[in-house]
Amino acid sequence: MSLNKPILWNFYRGASWRVRIALAFKKIDYEYKSVNIDKGEQFTKEYENINPNNEIPTLQIDGFNLTQTMPIIEYLDETRPSEPKLIPVDSYLRCKARSIAEIVNSGMQPYQKVIKRLGKELGEEEKNARLELSTKKAFKAIESILAETSGKYCIGDSITIADIFLVPAVHAARLQKINLNHYPTISRITDRLDQLPEVIQTHPKKQVDFQQS
Amino acid sequence: MESEKPILYNYFRSSSSWRVRIALELKKIDYEYKPISLIKDGGEQYTEDFTKINPKQEVPALQIDGHLLLQSLPIIEYLDETRPNQHQLLPNDAVKRAKARMIAEIINSGMQPFQNLNVIKRVAKETQSEDKKMEWIKFYLTKGFKAVESILQETCGKYCVGDQITIADLCLVPQVYSAKRFNIDMSEFPNATRVNEELEKIPEFIKAHAHRQIDTPQELKEY
Repeated sequence: MSLNKPILWNFYRGASWRVRIALAFKKIDYEYKSVNIDKGEQFTKEYENINPNNEIPTLQIDGFNLTQTMPIIEYLDETRPSEPKLIPVDSYLRCKARSIAEIVNSGMQPYQKVIKRLGKELGEEEKNARLELSTKKAFKAIESILAETSGKYCIGDSITIADIFLVPAVHAARLQKINLNHYPTISRITDRLDQLPEVIQTHPKKQVDFQQS
Repeated sequence: MESEKPILYNYFRSSSSWRVRIALELKKIDYEYKPISLIKDGGEQYTEDFTKINPKQEVPALQIDGHLLLQSLPIIEYLDETRPNQHQLLPNDAVKRAKARMIAEIINSGMQPFQNLNVIKRVAKETQSEDKKMEWIKFYLTKGFKAVESILQETCGKYCVGDQITIADLCLVPQVYSAKRFNIDMSEFPNATRVNEELEKIPEFIKAHAHRQIDTPQELKEY
């Protein structure tokens, strides 16, 4: 077993924030290694050896390389079962928590990458309109799940993987100046999450590689 | 207790629907197949009736145990947890479990969304180029399979992770089908190819195949 500190290869913005939040909740001390994706550092040979998909984040922990934010967070929760339990105990609630996370993970974020990649062809206005549409569609779906499951947080009164995925997604929506009035539950929950030290400390602007854009 | 048959709203060629069909077969769950055409009349997923069922207007959606479940990977994990006696789909070991999920997610969020119907239609439209569309598909599928293959080199036995079928295998088969449809050269990915060939022999995988469903178009139908 590796006695070294875990290493998180990541960047201040984007999906990496989800893993930073999870590590903070699990009180795991780690080394932050910056992979500047604006400079294409995810394509270096050194990084490719760690993550052949040329993506961030990658968490090196317990002697192996973990990629993909959902499996990373599930692994942390299973192997460090301290509170908060990031995946609920009840099977149905587990499914709901994961669904909320997946709506962001595979239901929204990849499409936003597509839209950004087509930015030149779409033009700035159309690109932003489509990003907004994609966010609203995802948030509408999440809001309707939350109508059934939410308490203080997405699933009852305990922090789960759903909350962890929500924070960066709402942050991005606010940066894009998307009106969140139609999603009162998402807004309420995120306002509460934004007060937590684990969210504050891991915020993009507090990271060593933060750049004002 | 809910004694109604589970209902799967799905489409024959939707990768994510296909994954759930395989899981239902492996778990020996008899279900009602409700086809939602992604093409007919601009897409039946956009009808008012279906939007009430799934506001995200996507398939699959599984009505089971008195609940409506969305998103293929959480659905599969739910089925595995609630029906543990048939074909365990997540390994017991935490590291192997993480690797099975990593393979599944590379496919689920790193490949499939970039080559699904809506997206490639959009790419073709915006770039006004069939070549650019094919280039796009090739890029994302090759990238994804490269990543999957590198994990398989370490984890695969008969199947993706050792010799038991896992969630990774459920994601692999529909994605290889897609790749072949788009003429991706799978010879670069020998482990993925070999595992896929093994999986295609399994009766539950055969039964769940896109070409054997009630909404499979006649010209594609296999019996």
